Amino acid sequence: MKNTLRTLVSPRGAVFLLLAILLVAIIILNPAFAEPGQFMRFLQRVAPVAIIAIGQYFVIVAGEFDLSQGSLITAQVVIAGNLVGQDDSRTIPVMLLMFVFGAVIGLINGLITTLLKVPSFIVTLGMMLALLGGILWWTGGAATGNPADSFRNIGRGGLRDVPLLDFVPWSVLVLAGWLALAIWITKRPLGKQMIAVGDNPVAARFAGVRTWWVTTQSFIISSLSATVAGILLVGYAGVHPSVGRGYEFIAITAVVLGGVVLGGGRGWVVAAVAGAFVLEALFLLLNIAGVPSTLRNSVQGVIIIAAVAYAGVSFRARRARPRAAASPQASPDPGKEPEPPVAPAQSDSHVLRGEGSNANQGG
Amino acid sequence: MRRSLKVGTAAAALIGLFVLAGCTTDPGVTAPSESASDPGAGSTNEWFDQKVYDKQFAERTVVPAGPEDEVYLQHINAEMVDTSAYASAGAKKACFANASISNPWRQTGWITMNQQLKVLQESGAISTMETRDAQDSDDTQIADIDYFINEGNCDVFLISPNSTAAMTPAVERACATDKPVIVFDRGVETDCQVTFIHPIGGFAWGIDTAEFLIDNLKKGDKVVGLRILPGVDVLEQRWAGAEKLFAEAGIEAVDYFTGADPAKIKSIISDELAKGDVQGIWMDAGDGAVAAIEAFEDAGADYPVMTGEDEMSFLRKWKATGLTGLAPVYSNFQWRTPLLAAAMIFKGEEVPKEWVLPQNPINAEELDRYLTENEGMPDGHYAKFGGENLPGYPEVWQKRLIP
Repeated sequence: MKNTLRTLVSPRGAVFLLLAILLVAIIILNPAFAEPGQFMRFLQRVAPVAIIAIGQYFVIVAGEFDLSQGSLITAQVVIAGNLVGQDDSRTIPVMLLMFVFGAVIGLINGLITTLLKVPSFIVTLGMMLALLGGILWWTGGAATGNPADSFRNIGRGGLRDVPLLDFVPWSVLVLAGWLALAIWITKRPLGKQMIAVGDNPVAARFAGVRTWWVTTQSFIISSLSATVAGILLVGYAGVHPSVGRGYEFIAITAVVLGGVVLGGGRGWVVAAVAGAFVLEALFLLLNIAGVPSTLRNSVQGVIIIAAVAYAGVSFRARRARPRAAASPQASPDPGKEPEPPVAPAQSDSHVLRGEGSNANQGG
Repeated sequence: MRRSLKVGTAAAALIGLFVLAGCTTDPGVTAPSESASDPGAGSTNEWFDQKVYDKQFAERTVVPAGPEDEVYLQHINAEMVDTSAYASAGAKKACFANASISNPWRQTGWITMNQQLKVLQESGAISTMETRDAQDSDDTQIADIDYFINEGNCDVFLISPNSTAAMTPAVERACATDKPVIVFDRGVETDCQVTFIHPIGGFAWGIDTAEFLIDNLKKGDKVVGLRILPGVDVLEQRWAGAEKLFAEAGIEAVDYFTGADPAKIKSIISDELAKGDVQGIWMDAGDGAVAAIEAFEDAGADYPVMTGEDEMSFLRKWKATGLTGLAPVYSNFQWRTPLLAAAMIFKGEEVPKEWVLPQNPINAEELDRYLTENEGMPDGHYAKFGGENLPGYPEVWQKRLIP
């Protein structure tokens, strides 16, 4: 019991605590949201955001940024609208094409970052502009129209009349699958290598990790996540050149809210997804609370900063304790802490020190 | 000890914020009832201007003067000015300082303007048009105008201002060159230009839409206002006019800023529908209207009474669903008028000092006609673009070839 409580107050649990507070506040203000049907619709809305947060998690944990996610979503949405049209038979081929396109964008981002040593912030910013410009050139700024309903059904439809749950959107199943895949990757050597590269690329290289390929793969995962999110958004929102705008920053915020350290080396993918849930729950809360439209962004911003600050403060405070007990040099096993933040790759003292300074940046 | 203190402080701050957020809800909840009991509450909107409102209210019913089949040359209550001082033979160079082409409405107009240019080049009135796109930046547009003044070698300045106050000095500098200056779309705070071309305006939009919703709804019904962004006068006036009328009629109105993002629009409407019934949707621009309608479909709710815009996506969805709708128009054909005005000025013909173009919404009876006329146009096209008699129609607009 005490342990659970401590987990919730810990940085790793802070995001779940915040989510719980938000959901309780929402249900108090409007009990209708406790109905399963409404809750499932909430999950449907979170799914695209949560999926790009998963993609961004891998890039950030490997020490990089991906600012091209939002514009890639826009590009994929427009591709779907223009290439599928009203022809149901094109749904599958176009979807395959979108995945290939997404993977290629990720590969380009990754290779320019790793082989040409251009900071990923600049590479992906350039990619963002290139994609947005390309969309404007191709479409003249206006979408031709929505694609066939069979395509849109993925993001819009679902299983109806399910016992207990009422309505299960396909996007919720897609999110569950994508999250399971992500957790599996974090347990694989690849996931552990990404954390190692993000924490200390030199040490990782000496340990025999092909750092360029590991980083590049994180970009590919990010771009594929944006592709999946794009497919869902075609259904949820429809084809429009503004779909996806600003999603890269929503994803980065979600990841940071989930306690993942900017600069890499520490983080938990499930918490990043919880961060995405928090952001959407906050939006929902402001909607049902009737906060005046002019005040809304400020309230949202202040709550996000407070939440991240809280995670940072409590994290530093927690780090201070084992350090007081034994000097970092002499304490090679941080695993004795109650909840080790993502255990692998952190079992040497170099990592531990790197982590401490990162935490300061993050807070 | 210090640790728990810090954690405690942060936690307290966070909870405090929620309390704060909770408090802010109270005024939001009570506001509609207050304004319902006080009909004048709508006028507390800082963008509301009774004089301009009254002027636009009257202009809506005036039969415009000018050629009957060329709506882009018609004008309302015009005071004509003599331009014989500018009369001069030969093809002239036009310099166009454009605010941006960052939304489908401006893109459509820009395509039309370029086709109009081809006609005037053919007839020998205009030699070339040099265009600078300020990409929504005041600073860039000021620099663009100064470049035209100093190095552009321009015969006439066409200016579509990015913002009203910031662009005024630059427009005055252009006037000081003694060459004709034509301002269109958004205005400036000077009358040094030869002519200022614009549709009736934002209040007229607000009045047309609010009256339609009020006629089709009853007292106590709820309207959700979907607005693109705050702070732009032509958009703010649309809401200021509508909000006033809703308050007077006892219609509950809430507004949201959406950035025209359909995902956001859909989420907002879904949340409003989960809270309670919504009978009306009001939009300050039709971009993203389809997502709002689909939110009703997905929630299994009855279609709302709705005002969108003459964008094809809304007109098509309106037809497909059969909802009770109105498409207000911010006359896109105004993009043809500036170049035509330039040609008139060089011929020494009279032009209106303030060239108010007609601005008539598309109603249910006219819907089929506009859908047929614009068949094959993309979703982001505007039905009243007014370019049917220009070269390249309809392919240029269908393929949306932006120069």
